[in-house]
Amino acid sequence: MSNKSKSKNKNEGKRDFLIVSTYAMAGIGAAAVAWPLIDQMNPAADTLALASTEVDISSLEEGQAITVTWRGKPVFVRHRTPEEIKLAKDVSLDDMRHPETDEERVPNEKFIVLVGVCTHLGCVPLGQKSGDVKGQYGGWFCPCHGSHYDHSGRIRKGPAPTNLEVPSYKFLSNNVIKIG
Amino acid sequence: MSKSKFKNPVVKWIDYRLPIFSFMDHELNHYPTPKNLNYFWNFGSLAGFALVTMIVSGIVLSMNYTAHVDYAFDSVERIMRDVNHGWLIRYIHMNGASFFFIVVYIHIFRGLYYGSYKAPRELLWILGVLILLLMMATAFMGYVLPWGQMSFWGATVITNLFSAIPFVGESIVTWLWGGFSVDNSTLNRFFSLHFVLPFVIVGVVILHLIALHRFGSNNPIGIDVRGTQDTVPFSPYYTIKDLFGLSVFLSFFAAAVFFFPNFMGHPDNYIEANPMVTPAHIVPEWYFLPFYAILRAIPDKLGGVLFMFGAIAVLFVLPWLDRSPVRSSQFRPIFKIFFWILFLDCILLGYLGAMPAEGIYVILSRIATAYYFFHFLILFPLLPYIEKTKPLPISISEPILGGGSTASAFAVREKK
Repeated sequence: MSNKSKSKNKNEGKRDFLIVSTYAMAGIGAAAVAWPLIDQMNPAADTLALASTEVDISSLEEGQAITVTWRGKPVFVRHRTPEEIKLAKDVSLDDMRHPETDEERVPNEKFIVLVGVCTHLGCVPLGQKSGDVKGQYGGWFCPCHGSHYDHSGRIRKGPAPTNLEVPSYKFLSNNVIKIG
Repeated sequence: MSKSKFKNPVVKWIDYRLPIFSFMDHELNHYPTPKNLNYFWNFGSLAGFALVTMIVSGIVLSMNYTAHVDYAFDSVERIMRDVNHGWLIRYIHMNGASFFFIVVYIHIFRGLYYGSYKAPRELLWILGVLILLLMMATAFMGYVLPWGQMSFWGATVITNLFSAIPFVGESIVTWLWGGFSVDNSTLNRFFSLHFVLPFVIVGVVILHLIALHRFGSNNPIGIDVRGTQDTVPFSPYYTIKDLFGLSVFLSFFAAAVFFFPNFMGHPDNYIEANPMVTPAHIVPEWYFLPFYAILRAIPDKLGGVLFMFGAIAVLFVLPWLDRSPVRSSQFRPIFKIFFWILFLDCILLGYLGAMPAEGIYVILSRIATAYYFFHFLILFPLLPYIEKTKPLPISISEPILGGGSTASAFAVREKK
């Protein structure tokens, strides 16, 4: 009798193993099927191929700014005046929410390059056109929720948590910047 | 909440208020199913699987598709080249359509062979024919979306069928097109309808299942279930059998998707639509070929269209055309022979639909078309008067076990 129940337990163990391994395989299969359906929403190859933009800055005079598109987002390029450069460099970092020196952010002090997207909730700040409101610190001002950026694109007042992002870029020559 | 069959307290709580679990238990688990079903009864669940596959892959494709004459072709090429796994998803959708039809055609021939359309399952059958019609409309409009040469000219030819209608034909075609030729408006509405019709199909499938569960499945010997000794619970017996069938189906499907993805397509559809040039030989997708052959067999525009739609219309009234009370062909020796003639006739029509409309092919198409209608309109009503059917078994259990008094699988199950 005891022998019989022992063999029954053994069979039940086998059955449990089969059931668990079947469910496990079904789970792996379902995940393998789901992945292509999810991954197709990620950037496609042609979208990734558009990841760099070249900008000609030869006609950009002192005090002027241009906005170019990079990965579907605006990138600000501003030719800063000596006063603006001085203001950006001579400020104390102590009170800043996101302390960074101007040298860290702007390798070529004349030309500042920034991703023109407010770090709060993604609006495009004002300040590129001559008539724009530039905020209390003279750089950029986001009209959505009132973030003020200085001449180095650093957040000085308002809800944005960090400075305007600096994209990766390099000067291909004195007049051409490659962003991305 | 007295005698709930569920142990899980959350399930119990929900089921008391919304008896969804009782419903599933009743229709998918306990559901009594004839115990003698053969593998031809797998094709219903396979069709359901194909429908879900088409809807899921289609929704994903629509995220990457642009319904505009200037961009449609390129957006499909982008899916094939740039979108992550886009080639896989599109080939699943493309071949899924063919496999859906393969499965559904086998399902229909199963119904014809075993007399599944007879009382009391007439509405079940009619809903099935309606699903077939909706599938055809959906498949046709889906084929237009890649905006290749076959898409464009297929759309032109098929929409022009309606111009055969006397007096209002031309206005109807203009209305279908939203212009004076197949153009951007046509593409947009076809995309919209191609997206929505599958969900209409889901609705009709639900009605189809409600009608099915009213009297349960027919079975290979075509006699009614007499009691629990003739049935087994759907789960685990048929869930496992359906899953096994599904794995066989998926093996074939995967082979097509990965190794022969364009076998059932036309190379011409990889050339962008050009309204100025018609390809030398226009053929619809293979699943329309028998109907296309009927269309071309009739040497009259309106007649051809009427016979083509008539080929499906006869299916709607089939439960009343076939006057024999015996369902399964197993007990109808003459009907069985004619069933296979009809089957070969449909294959022949399919072959002829793919051939150019000239010479011997036209003559053969006419003979095959004549037989098709002879079978449905003359043979079905008259055969019962001539045919001597074989004696029917007393019960489903009898031919297998030599008697009806065997232990019920339900009883064994309940004991546990």
